[in-house]
Amino acid sequence: MKVNKRPLSLTFRVVLFVAVSTIFSLTFLGILIDTSIRHHFIQQDINELKVISSSINEALSKNTDSNETLIEELSQAVSGHHGVYYQVSDQKGNFIYANATLNFQHFTTAHAIEGDFDIENITHQDVGKFSYRVLATTYQTPKATYKATIAIDMSFHTHFLTQFRQSLGAIMIGAAVLVLLAGWFAVHQGLNPLRGLSKKMRDIQTNNFEVRLDETNVPIELLNMVQSFNLMLDRLQSEFLRLSNFSTDIAHELRTPLTNIITQTQVGLSQPRASEEYQELLFSNLEELDRLTNMVRDMLWLAKTQNGLIKPKQQVLNSQSEIEALFEYFDALAEEADITFVKQGDELNFYCDKLHFRQLLSNLLSNAIRYTAKGLSIVVNTQKTDSGQVCISICNPGDKIHSDHLPYLFDRFYRPDKSRQRHSEGAGLGLAIVKAMAEANHGKVTVTSDEDNTCFKVFFNAP
Amino acid sequence: MRLLVVEDEQKTGDYLKQGLTEAGFQVSLARNGLDGHHLAMTEVFDVIILDVMLPDVSGWRILQSLREANNQSPVLFLSARDSVDDRVKGLELGADDYLIKPFAFSEVLARVRTLIRRGGVPKIENTLQIADLEIDILKHKVKRAGKNILLSNKEFSLLELMVRREGEVLPRSLIASQVWDMNFDSDTNVIDVAIRRLRGKVDEGFDIKLIHTVRGMGYKLEVQVNES
Repeated sequence: MKVNKRPLSLTFRVVLFVAVSTIFSLTFLGILIDTSIRHHFIQQDINELKVISSSINEALSKNTDSNETLIEELSQAVSGHHGVYYQVSDQKGNFIYANATLNFQHFTTAHAIEGDFDIENITHQDVGKFSYRVLATTYQTPKATYKATIAIDMSFHTHFLTQFRQSLGAIMIGAAVLVLLAGWFAVHQGLNPLRGLSKKMRDIQTNNFEVRLDETNVPIELLNMVQSFNLMLDRLQSEFLRLSNFSTDIAHELRTPLTNIITQTQVGLSQPRASEEYQELLFSNLEELDRLTNMVRDMLWLAKTQNGLIKPKQQVLNSQSEIEALFEYFDALAEEADITFVKQGDELNFYCDKLHFRQLLSNLLSNAIRYTAKGLSIVVNTQKTDSGQVCISICNPGDKIHSDHLPYLFDRFYRPDKSRQRHSEGAGLGLAIVKAMAEANHGKVTVTSDEDNTCFKVFFNAP
Repeated sequence: MRLLVVEDEQKTGDYLKQGLTEAGFQVSLARNGLDGHHLAMTEVFDVIILDVMLPDVSGWRILQSLREANNQSPVLFLSARDSVDDRVKGLELGADDYLIKPFAFSEVLARVRTLIRRGGVPKIENTLQIADLEIDILKHKVKRAGKNILLSNKEFSLLELMVRREGEVLPRSLIASQVWDMNFDSDTNVIDVAIRRLRGKVDEGFDIKLIHTVRGMGYKLEVQVNES
């Protein structure tokens, strides 16, 4: 089974990022400090060795007659230095002098062949618990050649370094923990406004849909989200209002025919009647039932388009032949009403499901016939728009529809004229179906109205 | 003509049976899928009307068994569910037509007659005659009692349809579909106006009226004996 993993928490992400960068930079800093101190000590040792070495060289170079004076000179050569040990021997390795009872045998002494001081000859050696920096060198005096081993006790430095490293580590760990805590706290605090928003969002219900989040009182980073959320609420609210009005309207539209059916049936049954009267009653019932059936059919159709269940066939239609077919269909009706049809514009091809197009145009034409006065003409014009779409406009002369009504004209059950609650034809779903059909076929429909004309325009894609 | 109606809804079944019987068919009614299945498999019917949603054996299943047994009786489906998938499924299984509830009875009748006619050999005629009305299909000419009647193209198609289906009640939706190729239910009274105008040309001034309104159902063309 596939489990959808929740992405890492924001706090964790920020703290992780801070932790990694803190640890990295502190470690780098620690290594830098440690290295420079170590180098400093090494340099110090080298300098000391250099001084001692030159003192010994000086002592050896003095013009001495006997070994005793040489030893005397050597014993006095180094003074004022602590933890310095040295041993001198002649070229063959015969011991001459050592300033301490230190066992020099422990030192590996790779004696250089010549040169009195060379950094290459300095080594770091550990003997037992102690640590030494050792210089093994050779002195050339006019009389003879001497070998010397000089060792400096570094335990003090090592001890200092160890302690320094420990405290440095402790400080760094402390600093890292502090930074992490500060980071976590900052994120927690930073998300506070979000918690506030979330609480407000939770309080929004369908009965207080007009509540909006305060856009002035949020950090700038959240402003975008709050604005988007408010816009979403606007859309939801208007859709919700439309839907709830729609349900009310349905109930209302159903009530009238149902009342008619019930009343006339009950009155009809209240006393014996002639069979013609029963026929009349049944016929009247049938009329109401037809109306209900049409309404159910239209509403189901609309519900299906809204759920994307209507899948139109992509057909290429020809404006000329389609419009002519519809004119022929409405011919008798128009002639009866003393209205003429005029076809204008170009012959163009466009994409639409044939059944949908015919029903759509049929709804618009019957609508136009209904509102056109005797002796006038309905003009159907086909032309290509600048954007390459095909626009079919149906214009009929008639009273201006007030601009307040225009945006709602395609709403279900919307009637600009509130007094005329029930038209003899249709349930007020015709234009809603026109819009749904146009949109299902990747088109759209618009309406404009001025003092002389009302024009519906449908747009479809051209092949 | 023998029909089988398989419908579990009490009232729908009863009225379908009554209506179809009164229209001159011999109707067997099965109130559940099992009985329907049995009847369809054992007897011969000219048309079978099947409800899709039956409580025991579905209409799909019955149709499938029929076609597997190589029984090619035309089947008309009735369904309360109007989805393209259902329609396609029905047609794929070999249904011949599909009606969605709520349907008009006149529509059922017209579809049943169409299905029965489909089985027969189509009559190729160049002229049609009923009472003193003569239609010349090839020349597009209509005469009543020897006098020429001028009809528009669509009026001619409408009259031809009615004459060919003499005596049958034609619902408005069928007329719109057959004559104008408008295959949708319209709230407009286009058909009523067209029939009224045709009637004015064909029947006015003649004693024998041919075009009749069947209230609530549609229109039919026939010579009614008892009408003065």
